[in-house]
Amino acid sequence: MRVVQIAKAVAHLAAAAPALWLGWRIANDLFGADPVAEITHFTGDWALRFLLLSLAMTPLRRLSGRAEPIRFRRMLGLWAFFYATLHLATYVVLDLGGYWAQIVEDIVKRPFITVGFLAWLLLLPLVVTSTRGMMRRLGRRWGQLHKLVYLIGVLAVLHFWWLVKADVREPLVYAAILAVLFLLRWPRRKAPSRSRTARTRVQSSQPGA
Amino acid sequence: MTSRNHNQPSPSEITPEPVYQARRRLLMAGAALPLLGLGACEAGSSDAPSSQSATPRPAAEEEQTRFEDASTYNNFYEFGTGKADPARYAHTLQTAPWSVQIAGHAEETGSFTLEDILKPHTLEDRIYRLRCVEGWSMVIPWRGFPLGDLLKRFRPTSKAKYVSFHTKVDKQEMPGTRYPVLNWPYREGLRMDEAMHPLTLLVTGMYGRDLPRQNGAPLRLVVPWKYGFKSIKSIVRIEFTEKQPLTSWNLSQPSEYGFYSNVNPAVDHPRWSQKTERRIAGTSSRLFANRVPTLPFNGYADQVASLYTGMDLRKYF
Repeated sequence: MRVVQIAKAVAHLAAAAPALWLGWRIANDLFGADPVAEITHFTGDWALRFLLLSLAMTPLRRLSGRAEPIRFRRMLGLWAFFYATLHLATYVVLDLGGYWAQIVEDIVKRPFITVGFLAWLLLLPLVVTSTRGMMRRLGRRWGQLHKLVYLIGVLAVLHFWWLVKADVREPLVYAAILAVLFLLRWPRRKAPSRSRTARTRVQSSQPGA
Repeated sequence: MTSRNHNQPSPSEITPEPVYQARRRLLMAGAALPLLGLGACEAGSSDAPSSQSATPRPAAEEEQTRFEDASTYNNFYEFGTGKADPARYAHTLQTAPWSVQIAGHAEETGSFTLEDILKPHTLEDRIYRLRCVEGWSMVIPWRGFPLGDLLKRFRPTSKAKYVSFHTKVDKQEMPGTRYPVLNWPYREGLRMDEAMHPLTLLVTGMYGRDLPRQNGAPLRLVVPWKYGFKSIKSIVRIEFTEKQPLTSWNLSQPSEYGFYSNVNPAVDHPRWSQKTERRIAGTSSRLFANRVPTLPFNGYADQVASLYTGMDLRKYF
């Protein structure tokens, strides 16, 4: 128990590190000629990384046969939301600050911005229902609701893929990781009896999260 | 080679002080407009729309981009696709000796050394806006001479309808070319009248010094009314062609990057808006870079719009 608590504190510090690094680089003017673009990419990268990390916890539990990874899942998801929100705020405030009509037009007309915004929007209900109380209240539907994270993962990778001009190598890496994380879930979901036990295990192990 | 200071635009381009001041106020109103939001509707919106269609002020009157920004934030995929890659890796580019192949429909063709190319020309300094297709822009003082003056020397024949340009490609010196992000060598092209236009420059320097390698040393093109990727860097080949030449970005994504690629706020990139641009200029905090409206032909419509009369610029984007 203690070990997990300490590990979590360390994980929180590690998750905050990119934000601190970001603040330090901004304060010291280290983002170069176009900090707005750089900050947008930086926060977007970390949002996607934490999202994939949170998605890695269930496969990790299966592969390791240990319950601990699941206890990091919520915090990783919340950090993904934190960076996604910084990402969106950078775009709305620093980049398009004041050009409200263009923001609305972008969200409606530009597929890569539409899917990015949708991904952030879909994170909201997951964040709101991430507490232990909400989990208990929603019961079975909690699990169903939180399946949204799969869609969010796809939208987030698509958002990255569609914005690059020619060099898709980087989004390709994220797409491959996402695909692997999905594939690692596949066999369990095909066997209904086992997936039920998996779910009960998730719930019993979750309250400590 | 002599150097003549040509910082200021030609006399006809210079705006009388009172007109300029009035225009400046209009532009300020235009710039403030989006921030005012709904408030602007009440506060004399009558003069607001005209601010965008008003003749833009000459680039020489705008805040310049810092040299350190213009030389560290580059798209030069031959050295990597990151903006900082060219400044980091372009030092391996051998710029001397340098020769340029002149080919195609001209009376004089062959290989010319850079010295041969430059010798008869007087270099001048000109401040131009540079608008990247990605939605950011800079204001840069270039040093060069009109491309047309060079092209005339080779006496292009009547078959010369277009001019095609190639960038150097060398896997050792330009590590980015080991991966086919684009179809190497980087290729660009202009219609003959665009190439002969007095605004079109061949550039050897910026900010009063030699071009840094990451900015396209030793010889690059600058076409200020077109998106930045048309202004091809480190040129080794110029060819007069009868047919419209292939261009790298058009080959890569024909639906997104047309042959003409004139700056046009009315024609969006299929994936993002071209209505406004983030201006990387001035000495204040880069974090709050100004977003400004993009102007037709990047503000050079008075000089170049006539090249395209009768053309559907949505079709020929």
